Amino acid sequence: MKFSVIIDALPYLLGAAVTTIWVSLLGVLLGQVIGVAVCVARQSGGRAANMAGGVYVSFFRGVPLLIQLLLIYYMLPLIGIDVPPLVASIAALGLASGAYVSEIYRGALNAVPHGQSEAALALGFPGSSIWTRILLPQAFRISVPALVNELILLLKASSLISVVGVAELTRTSQTISASNYRPLEIYLAAGLIYLAINGALALFGTQVERRLQQA
Amino acid sequence: MLDLSLLVQYGPALLRGFGVTILCWAAGCMIGMVLGFALMLLRQVPVKPLRWIIRAYIEVIRGTPFLIQLFLLYSGGPSIGLRLEATTAGILGLGIYGSAYFAEIFRAGYQAVPKGQVEAALSLGMSYGSILRRVIVPAMLVSTIPAIVNMMAILTKETVVLSIITVPELMYEMQTMAAETFATFETILGMALFYWLLVEVVSRLGRRLEARVTRFLTHASPQGSSSETATARA
Repeated sequence: MKFSVIIDALPYLLGAAVTTIWVSLLGVLLGQVIGVAVCVARQSGGRAANMAGGVYVSFFRGVPLLIQLLLIYYMLPLIGIDVPPLVASIAALGLASGAYVSEIYRGALNAVPHGQSEAALALGFPGSSIWTRILLPQAFRISVPALVNELILLLKASSLISVVGVAELTRTSQTISASNYRPLEIYLAAGLIYLAINGALALFGTQVERRLQQA
Repeated sequence: MLDLSLLVQYGPALLRGFGVTILCWAAGCMIGMVLGFALMLLRQVPVKPLRWIIRAYIEVIRGTPFLIQLFLLYSGGPSIGLRLEATTAGILGLGIYGSAYFAEIFRAGYQAVPKGQVEAALSLGMSYGSILRRVIVPAMLVSTIPAIVNMMAILTKETVVLSIITVPELMYEMQTMAAETFATFETILGMALFYWLLVEVVSRLGRRLEARVTRFLTHASPQGSSSETATARA
């Protein structure tokens, strides 16, 4: 073990960690949008929408993320869209996350008392605002712990995008250890950085949860 | 779509790859469960530093990407004299990764066993070993089978990651085929459909097993508590 190796590599690793963080955040954001859309479509859009949503969720939860990533990376060029690896990666992370998020929301929606939407209906709320003003805000609050958990899982999963050449934390660790022949130190440092980010995220999650409970 | 003659040509390699996938998965699950169970038991020992170490182990494994763990084991291992073949490293990596999750699953199951049952067994003069074997583990099985099956399904998906450290499993063979035939997209689509099916089958089988075990335990134990759990779940 040579700690000087870690200290030399640290600036690069931290820079790459920033990439890891924002790619994961964009992935989670995209996942939120897709997840909510799929969930609402499945709950209120009739049988065809429900089935399509079901297939989507089942596919993206049943297929390994690495394969999804390669699929998107090689598929988009086929239909004429030439995407840089970064875009393909965010799309893959978002699509995968969307499947999980929609299930999280489905669970949370079931936890919102039925009387709430009935009361809103009786008060003459139109369907769309029952969703945006009554159901989704409450579902969101219920699902915060699960969403933070999803963010942590996605952040770990983002290490796989190193395969298509995105210079995030894992890829950068590979590059550095290939040039200085010190894989043990470099991967150990990378692991600790991941651990620190996830620890911070978990802490942030507890804070948000506490805030929401007070509100 | 896939040219069928390709399947004839690459069939044997793909089958071999599938075999390696299944081997890694089964061995990884076994190691993970045994290690996880041992960790759970060790956590019951009232020695604080030991418990801290185990908690730290679990947190570290769950907080870092599987890929980084694999790289550490496979590429970092030789620096401390641990030279592993890719497949061995893959299996060990899967096992270590799984062990942290299995340990937590088992711990939840252990805590769900009513204290009164253990006390009753103690007062009947049973040894801790036989209480564990005849009271705790059967009761644990009922409550943990769904979580165990879920974890096993997750591990089937993680086997794909082993291809990155050149374990010659299915994904690796498929990528070789794709690189040689340029049928990249078809190959990956085929893989996606295959894994979709595999995970689906694993979870179906798991649900069947769950029903089986639960029913078996209901019949096996005339006492109330485990059969109550069983009916609640069914």
